[in-house]
Amino acid sequence: MDFSWLQDPFYQEYLVEGLINTLWLLVVSAVGGLLLAVAVAMARIKGPRPLAWLASGFTTVIRGTPLLVQLFFFYYGVGRLLEDIPGIQDSVIWPLLRDPFFYGALTFILSVGAYSGEVIRGALVSVPPGEREAGRAFGLTPFQVFARLWLPRAIQLCLPTLTGEMILLLKSVPLVSTIAMMDLLQAANIIRDETFLVYEPLTLIAGLYLALTVVLTLVLRQVERHFPGMQPTRRRWLPLRRVETAPCKH
Amino acid sequence: MNKVSQEGLLDWAGPILEGALTTLEIAVLAYAIGLLLGLVGASARLSPWAPLRGLATVYSTAVRAVPELLLIILLYYAGSQALTALTNALGLPGQVAINGFVTAVGVLAFVQGAYMTEVLRGAILAIPKGQLEAADAFGFSAWTRFHRIVIPAMLPNALPGMSNLWLILIKDTALISVIGFSELFFTIQQAAASTRAHFLFYAAAGVIYLAMTLSSTALFTRLERRVRRGQPIREEA
Repeated sequence: MDFSWLQDPFYQEYLVEGLINTLWLLVVSAVGGLLLAVAVAMARIKGPRPLAWLASGFTTVIRGTPLLVQLFFFYYGVGRLLEDIPGIQDSVIWPLLRDPFFYGALTFILSVGAYSGEVIRGALVSVPPGEREAGRAFGLTPFQVFARLWLPRAIQLCLPTLTGEMILLLKSVPLVSTIAMMDLLQAANIIRDETFLVYEPLTLIAGLYLALTVVLTLVLRQVERHFPGMQPTRRRWLPLRRVETAPCKH
Repeated sequence: MNKVSQEGLLDWAGPILEGALTTLEIAVLAYAIGLLLGLVGASARLSPWAPLRGLATVYSTAVRAVPELLLIILLYYAGSQALTALTNALGLPGQVAINGFVTAVGVLAFVQGAYMTEVLRGAILAIPKGQLEAADAFGFSAWTRFHRIVIPAMLPNALPGMSNLWLILIKDTALISVIGFSELFFTIQQAAASTRAHFLFYAAAGVIYLAMTLSSTALFTRLERRVRRGQPIREEA
């Protein structure tokens, strides 16, 4: 094992940039994705029939196709189509539309929206209707019932599953190296090409990911602990299982 | 190439179908080997012998904490280099080039085995203790107890997790394209690059994968009904 390349400031810069991009993409996708997930869940439960169908079709398609295929579809497929729109190359949003970060974030937001949307839907349905009726009886508006009662209760029910989804999101981030975005894996690939060392950069990144997973798990555990009304439950050390077909209880 | 001849979806239908078959072959083989690894791993994690337990825990935890794509690239290079070192040590000079198909199956099976270990461990732990004690009381040998009692009793518990893993595996086969082995998604990438119809081909890829996952879901639902025969029907579902 030869780690002397770690001294090189250029490679250090790559790694730091990769780490920052990885974390930034994670945060943007998590926030955007969870917002979309709530919208998808509500569309499936309360939306008018066509909207509910649309949301359920969206969930099926995203959960049934590989994330890598989705990434290529948006970056190469949709990206190339956008290029042909006349005048778009002079518009203000063009720098954004050329950036692989945009397509990575878009793909991950849709992915989190579909997977977590299913989790949140299951949780929303599990909240006893009596609690919502109690809110209405106390004179809350339907929106207040949703924002201050129904959604917080649902999140309470599925918070551990949602934190597991965030770990899975972290593990999907290296996929963006295939669309030439500078994430940790891409940094390792560049170092690998330039130094002809195969194991060292990749092992370093694997170790970094292991550390990131542990840190993220601990951070999310704290979030769970401070969420009002969460029962402290004994949990497995790393929540790493994806629930593909959400067990809906209704 | 002709000046105006535009290749379309139909010209690529043959290679894409071939790629789809290769993908299915990889997935089925990797799943079978992963299942075996998972059985061994789960037995090891439940073994009374601490070093064996520790080894299995490290395997399943480390593999599940590192992104699949990174593992696939790492194992792809590590695998061929390790084999080269091995054959060189045995006195056979030269580089070993492993067949892409074997690498793909091996790498995916290794990752799959780690996830399967956890699924099967949970399922085995969920078997009521009395059933295993009954087997002991009737004088079953360890092996007979394992394949006559443990396996049939854990299958209903394990099947939902196993079906999840199969769906994840189908989707993970697309990652193999990154190491340049010509399965479904690699063929699609070539088709898209050669025809410049990126949108069309990546959408087609999505449809093919969707067909695979949806039909698998239907199959697993039937399979679960079969292994649950004789069990009381649950209200929820």
